[in-house]
Amino acid sequence: MSEEMSPRSLFDKLWDAHVVVAETRETPAVLYIDLHLVHEVTSPQAFSVLAERDLLVRRPDLTIATLDHSTPTSPPKPNGELAYATPQAKRQVDRLIKNCAHHKVRLLGLGDPRRGIVHVIGPELGLTQPGKTIVCGDSHTSTHGAFGALAFGIGTTEVGHVLATQCVLQRKPKSMRVTFDGALPAGVTAKDMALYMIAEVGASGGQGYAMEFAGEAVRALSMEGRMTLCNMSIEAGARFGMIAPDETTVDYLQNREQAPQGAAWERAVRRWQSLPSDDGAMFDREIDIDASNIRPMITYGVSPDAAAAVDASAPQAQSDADRLALDYMEIKPGRPFSATQVDRVFIGSCTNSRLSDLREAADIMRGRKVNDKVVALVVPGSVAIKRAAEAEGLDKVFIDAGAQWREPGCSMCIAMNGDQGAPGELVVSTSNRNFVGRQGKGVRTVLASPATAAASAIEGRIADPRNYHVNKMEQADVA
Amino acid sequence: MSLEPIEKLTSRTIVLRQENIDTDQIIPARFLTTTTRKGLGKSVFFDWRYNSEGRLRNDSPLDGFNPAEYRILVAGSNFGCGSSREHAPWALADFGFRAIISSDIADIFKSNALKNGLLPLEVDDKTHRRLLAAPGEEISVDLVSQTVRFGEEGWQTVFRVDPFARRCMLDGVDPLGHLMNQLAVIEKYEEERRGL
Repeated sequence: MSEEMSPRSLFDKLWDAHVVVAETRETPAVLYIDLHLVHEVTSPQAFSVLAERDLLVRRPDLTIATLDHSTPTSPPKPNGELAYATPQAKRQVDRLIKNCAHHKVRLLGLGDPRRGIVHVIGPELGLTQPGKTIVCGDSHTSTHGAFGALAFGIGTTEVGHVLATQCVLQRKPKSMRVTFDGALPAGVTAKDMALYMIAEVGASGGQGYAMEFAGEAVRALSMEGRMTLCNMSIEAGARFGMIAPDETTVDYLQNREQAPQGAAWERAVRRWQSLPSDDGAMFDREIDIDASNIRPMITYGVSPDAAAAVDASAPQAQSDADRLALDYMEIKPGRPFSATQVDRVFIGSCTNSRLSDLREAADIMRGRKVNDKVVALVVPGSVAIKRAAEAEGLDKVFIDAGAQWREPGCSMCIAMNGDQGAPGELVVSTSNRNFVGRQGKGVRTVLASPATAAASAIEGRIADPRNYHVNKMEQADVA
Repeated sequence: MSLEPIEKLTSRTIVLRQENIDTDQIIPARFLTTTTRKGLGKSVFFDWRYNSEGRLRNDSPLDGFNPAEYRILVAGSNFGCGSSREHAPWALADFGFRAIISSDIADIFKSNALKNGLLPLEVDDKTHRRLLAAPGEEISVDLVSQTVRFGEEGWQTVFRVDPFARRCMLDGVDPLGHLMNQLAVIEKYEEERRGL
């Protein structure tokens, strides 16, 4: 009784509602999963386990699959064939198609207008909802936490567990609340908040924690911005990132294809309203960030926590690891970041490939030209986003500027579909990881927001997007 | 995957001092198009070990040894961060490792490793520094007493490991089997929720 009365956090409420068998010292909790997202790369071995044990997917109705990681983003060849990076990539795609057919799992496959990056389409279809537990064999599953869901990445063995039982074995992590007080300055985005937060917490500071993002600046974010922030909780080591649902969440979900309708919608909204953390809820760790201090951010090292303001200079190395990272990046301590030449720009990924991200980049590219030394790739997160962007002419803005407008997929974020940089190239990327070689062997990655990436594409060097916002305002004044 | 239970492991170490070794380093994404768990050992740390023509450089701490004698990897902090790819522990285990020692190991990697007969051992900073400084040292890991021992001075330290994962490794308990045994309770949970 007293336990029921004590204030609970959003995370506590989500966790408690899904415990099938309670955790003990000897055994982890059996946690129920409401939505299982599946893609081609981390699922074949899990389906094999089911085959070995002669099992079928227990709840195909709670499972949905798509193709995103290794699918080509170039248009089909004249004969209709897709340009896979390797025959093995195609075999893996074919395997998922076969597995889904055998297990009667819905597959939003090639040619389906709902296909896209797994963390983009869940929310877009309204499958991602407050109060749900959501897993996927992908570390950026925390993205869905933006809706007040308990969403986390799992390994392939666990994918097999969920396919077979609709449950995972989990111990409850500790909780951390990151509060962004104040308002973001003009020209600063959710991506900048994410990079600032990771620099504060450190790449492993969130290990063992579930993170809740709160505060005025978080409340002011659109759902797209919230997804960007939650997406990157894993880059601070936290498997879970979440934001309490509110009117913004409800407005986003209303009338989505898979969202509840009619009386069920009213009931769902009432249920969702009870999810935010109670006053006085306890967290194992609290971090406060003044959002008004955040400037557009970039990374300069090979770990996402090596992040700094775009208008700053590269810091001095504090350790051998720093020195190695700066050497790899060919960034000199003390030199302004704006002196760094850019070879390639990637706008896309589950972090930043949504319509608002594309608009943010297009606003800067409109009427300008990508620097002739730069190759710029714009990869929408889903077929639906691609169509919506084309309907408002964003494709034309990018193409006129000299950027490439591609088919949806993960593309250069994981660089396993053939989209990648050449050795030594510096890529300004709106994705989530700047690890050595992540975007191609020897490629140097600078993480940034879509606005910063677009400005950098225009200037051919790391550029501050706020200069473009100022121009825009001046133009408006003149008009 | 059925595992060979581990109780005790005595082996020399290979040391990779770098911090934040992410799973893209352990197994680059282009090797993830496989549909089996097998055969990834030769590609482990591929870009650290092979030149641009794909020939083994033999200058990495991982090469030039008999893998049978070097089954413990000691690595810098935040080992296994980044992508959730289970291909990382599959590759390390296939290469011959049975244990990874660091001061802290990323959550998803740790969980994946434990399911593949690869012990992720988090030790205190002092022990960690001592091990990083002594590549090739012979170490004894005892999963029953949860201790790591090494060195002439008889250095001994206790490591923490999840009791369930420990039981899975010691007794060969199968986590999926454990879950399947709960199916009646899972069905009851689903039934109750339908009523809400």
